Amino acid sequence: MNLDLFIMNGYGLYVWSAFAFTLFNFLILYKVTSKQLIKEEAKFAKKFESLNSDQVILAHKQSTNRTFVRTVAHKI
Amino acid sequence: MLSIITEKTKKVLISSKFRNLIFILFIIFLSVGLFEALILSPQDYLQSDSVRIMYVHVPSAWISLGIFSMIAFLSLGVIIFKNKNFVLISKSLAPSGFIFNLIALVTGSIWGKPTWGTWWAWDPRITSMLVLFLFYFLYLLSWKLFEKNKAVKISSYISIIGVINVPIIKYSVDWWATLHQPSSINVLSESTIHSSMLIPLFLMTAAFALFSVLIFLMKYNVELIKVKNKGLNRI
Repeated sequence: MNLDLFIMNGYGLYVWSAFAFTLFNFLILYKVTSKQLIKEEAKFAKKFESLNSDQVILAHKQSTNRTFVRTVAHKI
Repeated sequence: MLSIITEKTKKVLISSKFRNLIFILFIIFLSVGLFEALILSPQDYLQSDSVRIMYVHVPSAWISLGIFSMIAFLSLGVIIFKNKNFVLISKSLAPSGFIFNLIALVTGSIWGKPTWGTWWAWDPRITSMLVLFLFYFLYLLSWKLFEKNKAVKISSYISIIGVINVPIIKYSVDWWATLHQPSSINVLSESTIHSSMLIPLFLMTAAFALFSVLIFLMKYNVELIKVKNKGLNRI
């Protein structure tokens, strides 16, 4: 196994820790944002489910991002 | 009723399809970029392998600056035109900009130790990046501390005041004596960096930019759902 890739002329610890820190932060940010999205979608789905058919029609008519209403609604 | 909605929604998953596409592109660019940055790109004749930290440090700094400039520009739109969508967009951009700023500071510190012999120096470029980090922090904090209408105003003013720092960061290496070298990549003149290093740098920048777009889309959806949730309450 080629250890040069890890040792990097004595700079391995610096290089790998910089890359690891970056990727770790990416992972955390992605996870936190995903969790927020799932939570909000679930809240919306729960409310949407409780609407009667007339209210559903009204919900579809709401101006803010109609596509979104339908996008989330399919998950109910 | 629900089956009708499901039928109707089959063709409208544009946003999540687009998100998936961005995610796949991000993984591709990141994989190729990491391979280029860690294995294929050459060592520097002075800094040896520590130069590889540049491939995460520089794109993070560029993107954090770009995102903050966008937030400030949109905030100006919020104040002048009272555009609510600009508020949602700028609020959704901030978390990734903040994280990229943090990555730039920490990886810069890690790079500083083998290169300058210190983890931290009150150098104009580093200090101005720290100031930008504080502005990002205040921007995000304002959304946590104040009620919506007040937060819109306060966060907008924070970003507009903070954007004054962006040209200071850019030109700090020219205006003052700093530990940082002058720009190696120039838009108007020839870059002083070799293509064997330029290619991985651009691949990593593309990967990081795609990641910020991905987070933005997710965060923007979160904000939109919140708006829609309030809308449902009014029915």
